[in-house]
Amino acid sequence: MTKPLEVAGLGYDLPGRGKGERRKTRPLVRDVSFTVAAGETLVLLGRSGSGKTTTLKLINRLLEPTSGEVRLAGERAADLPVTRLRRRIGYVIQDVGLFPHFTVERNVGLVPQLEGWPPARIAARGRELLALVGLDPDTFMKRYPHELSGGQRQRVGVARALAADPPLLLLDEPFGALDPITRVELQREFAALKGRLGKGMVFVTHDVREGLLLGTHIGLMLQGSLAFLGTPDEFRRSDHPECRAFMAAA
Amino acid sequence: MQGIYGGGMSLLAFYSRNSQEVLGLVGQHLYLVAISTGAAIVVGVPLGILLTRRPTWRGPVLGVANVFQTVPSLALFGFLIPLPFIGGIGATTAIVALVLYALLPIVRNTYEGVAGVDPAVREAGRGMGMTDWQLLTQVEFPLGFGVILAGVRVATVVSIGTATIAAAIGAGGLGVYIFRGVAVVDDTLILAGALPAALMALAADGLLGVAERRFAWRGK
Repeated sequence: MTKPLEVAGLGYDLPGRGKGERRKTRPLVRDVSFTVAAGETLVLLGRSGSGKTTTLKLINRLLEPTSGEVRLAGERAADLPVTRLRRRIGYVIQDVGLFPHFTVERNVGLVPQLEGWPPARIAARGRELLALVGLDPDTFMKRYPHELSGGQRQRVGVARALAADPPLLLLDEPFGALDPITRVELQREFAALKGRLGKGMVFVTHDVREGLLLGTHIGLMLQGSLAFLGTPDEFRRSDHPECRAFMAAA
Repeated sequence: MQGIYGGGMSLLAFYSRNSQEVLGLVGQHLYLVAISTGAAIVVGVPLGILLTRRPTWRGPVLGVANVFQTVPSLALFGFLIPLPFIGGIGATTAIVALVLYALLPIVRNTYEGVAGVDPAVREAGRGMGMTDWQLLTQVEFPLGFGVILAGVRVATVVSIGTATIAAAIGAGGLGVYIFRGVAVVDDTLILAGALPAALMALAADGLLGVAERRFAWRGK
């Protein structure tokens, strides 16, 4: 069975300014390889600027890789039209990015709407997903994002990412902007939810406790490279200095 | 005191005696403003959107639009008269000049409204597979619409005022009374042109202001 995500030798050089000889590029991501099977969650852990978010954006081609290959359910991501690729990958970001002029219902139904689903099916799917992320559909469907709390917004953000039932979910510090209590609440619920979903997930965080709670695998990024890749238990036992540094912070 | 009282009375008397002419000039004035603002919207909004897609064009385009704003209106009308096709005496020349004035606020606000959309919203839209056109029409334009309307409001109010000067090149409008009043030193005549123009500007400002607040998604 093909895996939701296979990444091989992925690299990204930031194009430099200037011309000719002076045009130097700066590598942000170097030779990153990993696979994510259905039901697995790879947590990309690392300090700010270590290339975690860049790696995520290379997967859904918000940035175009300068080297290496990404395969989504066996298909080369570079060969797919970019909008089709992205509609098959759920994407959750820290700032949520709900559309302020859309109701919760329309926000959640965005990708199905882009894909041309019939309205009745979009509405049914919306209700199903809101219930899944712990929001009462009757209460929340017609609300606007500004009428929600931060935690409720991110629940809607997760529901929106799941709308078209993508095989892969990319999450970029989804709980990073929440207060500590709401964050722990959402982490627990998400841990339970992801088991039921059986999707491949890549989860970016700099919070090692969050990473160990949610990851089936931990990828530790250091200066654009994958310094460590293994299970949470292997991560705890690793004597790599950067792993030790993160464990000391836990 | 008596002069102002007398002026007010004679203004009403003036309107009742010349109602046909007054209505005609009000109509001409509205025509100048509506055609020029409409044309400025048709040109300015797509131009503003284009600038969000070609950021390097922003400086030059806004710079040129800015220059038109700095030219005194009477001088701009004068410069346009000798030009072929768009020049000459009459409404066409006036409309061209009014369009040039209205462009800057509309282009600038369209750019700022569309470019000012929360980057997280744009990233989410792109990340979920919206095409650039879908992002523009479903997200950026609706969210920027309040700011674009603010530009249209400024352009309209400025146009109503500037259109009074169009009478100097034979384009008609309420400026006819103002210029005539200045020529014969008759306050009532000046007021007969200035008052409806001011009311028109206030009405446009109020109405478009209401519409603008209706579409203000920013800050929610």
